[in-house]
Amino acid sequence: MLSGLLEAVFNGMSIGSVLLISALGLAIVFGLMGVINLAHGELMMLGAYTTFVVQNIFKLLPTPLFEFYIFFALIAAFFVAAAVGFVLERGVIRFLYGRPLETLLATWGVSLILQQFVRSISWGLAIAISLFCLLFFGGMQLINRRPNAESIRTKAIAIILPLSIGISSIVSIFLGNTFGLTITKPWFGAQNVDVTAPAWLRGGLPIGDFQLPYSRLFIMLMTAICLVGIYLFLQRTNWGLRIRAVTQNRNMSACLGIPTATVDAFTFALGSGLAGIAGCAISLLGSVGPNTGQNYVVDTFMVVVVGGVGKLAGTIIAALAIGTASYLIGSGTFISMFASLQPVADFLTFFATTSMAKVMVFALIITFLQVRPGGIFPQKGRNVEL
Amino acid sequence: MLMNTPKQRRGNQLLIEAGIVVAIALILILIVPWVLTDFRLNLLGRFLALSIAGLGIDLIWGYTGLLSLGHGVFFALGGYLLAMYLKLQIPETASNRLPEFMNLYGVTELPWFWQPFHNFGFTMVAILFLPTIIGGLLGYLVFRNRIRGVYFSILTQAATIVFFNFFNGQQKLFNGTNGLTDFKTILGADIGTYQYTFYILTIAFLVLAYALCRWLTSGSFGNLLVAIRDDENRLRFSGYNPTGFKVIVFAVSAALAGIGGAFYTIQTGRVSPQLMDIGFSIEMVIWVAAGGRATLVGAILGTLLVNFAKSLLSEQFPDVWLFFQGALFLLVVTVLPEGIIGLKKLFQRKKSIDTYPDIDLDPDVQSEREHLSN
Repeated sequence: MLSGLLEAVFNGMSIGSVLLISALGLAIVFGLMGVINLAHGELMMLGAYTTFVVQNIFKLLPTPLFEFYIFFALIAAFFVAAAVGFVLERGVIRFLYGRPLETLLATWGVSLILQQFVRSISWGLAIAISLFCLLFFGGMQLINRRPNAESIRTKAIAIILPLSIGISSIVSIFLGNTFGLTITKPWFGAQNVDVTAPAWLRGGLPIGDFQLPYSRLFIMLMTAICLVGIYLFLQRTNWGLRIRAVTQNRNMSACLGIPTATVDAFTFALGSGLAGIAGCAISLLGSVGPNTGQNYVVDTFMVVVVGGVGKLAGTIIAALAIGTASYLIGSGTFISMFASLQPVADFLTFFATTSMAKVMVFALIITFLQVRPGGIFPQKGRNVEL
Repeated sequence: MLMNTPKQRRGNQLLIEAGIVVAIALILILIVPWVLTDFRLNLLGRFLALSIAGLGIDLIWGYTGLLSLGHGVFFALGGYLLAMYLKLQIPETASNRLPEFMNLYGVTELPWFWQPFHNFGFTMVAILFLPTIIGGLLGYLVFRNRIRGVYFSILTQAATIVFFNFFNGQQKLFNGTNGLTDFKTILGADIGTYQYTFYILTIAFLVLAYALCRWLTSGSFGNLLVAIRDDENRLRFSGYNPTGFKVIVFAVSAALAGIGGAFYTIQTGRVSPQLMDIGFSIEMVIWVAAGGRATLVGAILGTLLVNFAKSLLSEQFPDVWLFFQGALFLLVVTVLPEGIIGLKKLFQRKKSIDTYPDIDLDPDVQSEREHLSN
């Protein structure tokens, strides 16, 4: 009985810790810019695929090195996701400040593109994209050097954009026809890919009559390290100070000389990087596919809603609470406790599947928001909003 | 002339508009079926049903500024209610008076809440009011606490997931992932022969929905909605309580989504939890955005265009449709925030501005700014 409860709490905490890493990035970005990134799940998915790629590269190396690929994968996942996040912020979100609802739609568009991107990325597509970037941004650089750049920019874009799209697609179709499958075969395809955990992460730590899987322990440890890292970063570094300042009062910070645009881009990249790390973590828990991110992302949003944007502690509590609650309800741990009360037991049995647990958790969240609409730790200050 | 008082002029304009709407409806009913193949006509019927839901989205998002990412729930709900009535059309003589999927899962008795759906009248009332009530209730619980903006959107999105899981997981009640399909008769007649009637009915309801939205958005209620969108705090300080208005408009749009869902279901012959997918609900928003938010014509036009583009493109290149859709989201939001309807501005002469509500529009400010930057 007790060990069953312990196991449930442990599993719930490990689900919660994945939620926590990804929600952490989202919460910081939301607090700073009031923007929710619907492509956050896809950034996690990119992190998971990066792990897969790094693993395959390390398979070529001698075995002792392969055992430690996961650390390189973590770093790579962080930087890949951060880079994509940076491009996303500079390329799209920056134009939509003050319009958070439009940002939701735009990031949803990005998430669709990213999903299809991993499905159909092949050498041909990669070459086409690089060629397009080279032509388009190279062309724009050349235009910008001219003295009358401002006045001709719109026309220049109208000419260069279709031209570079045309050239790059023709080149990629040509390459596809000449070299055939070697160019057009997708790298990953639509099916799921599997990441094999290194040997030292398989198995588990036996406690009583059940095991704590090492992979889950590793994820929890990783979450703890990320948390401490983020805390120290926000509290002890100059950039952290700037991020906190802009979160509290954007206009005032701008007046005091903080480069808010840079802070935004930087923070967005940081949040995306955390999503990449979370993606690395979920690749240890099961196979990953183009839709993997979607399974996690709504839970992640709920963490942000429940936690509030005032403090990191809110995110931590909310993530662990939601993770544990979903697991406890979904696994039906409570049913045996109410065995004597038939209606209650029936009620709990009805919700004792992973998907039905979400129904229950959502009801709980709505109830909670009736009491505390701003989350556990709402943003303080004299504010008309709440 | 007698026509010149503003009130009469407005009345005349309204009459002209009504004439145009009726004319378009008649063209759709009488002429278009001769031009299109049966397959395309069926598609058009479906898309017209979708545009009823699109009007609902426009009402809450375009006018009131509430971005709901969960209207698929109400849409599918309307579909499920009608579908269940159709599934229960089993002849008296049949030995087993349960829908076949229930036999498959070993259900012996119809669950109590499906019992009244033997009745046609009750089903119609339920399609009208059940999405309305659920929408109103959810809206009340959320708006009461002044949860709005992004928070509201992601809560509706979570609600979508929740309903999806519920309908997907309960095989015995809703046939799970497969949904309800294979409808045979309606009011005792074969359903296949009635497709043209459903098409006409869809148009009739679209016209009604248009009239309702037109009425809601033109009067002082409409002004209140726009005020909620543009500056809710100011509205509150002026002595209004926005909660009630938001609940009403959310409920109305849920009802429109439900009606659209019912018509969509009867024309596709199938309803499944796929309609409650997150993606589908967000797609609804993009129809309206592409057409032009806060214009009712834009909502209908956008729905039809995006869906026809979708069906053409995904027939031709199934792989790239997601790329196109993603690009459409980005494009509409960044380049074309006013949608297709906004394009007509390109052809209009720019009006000179007498007052400057926005400081950026003031030519003095602009010239000053250019002067400073040089």
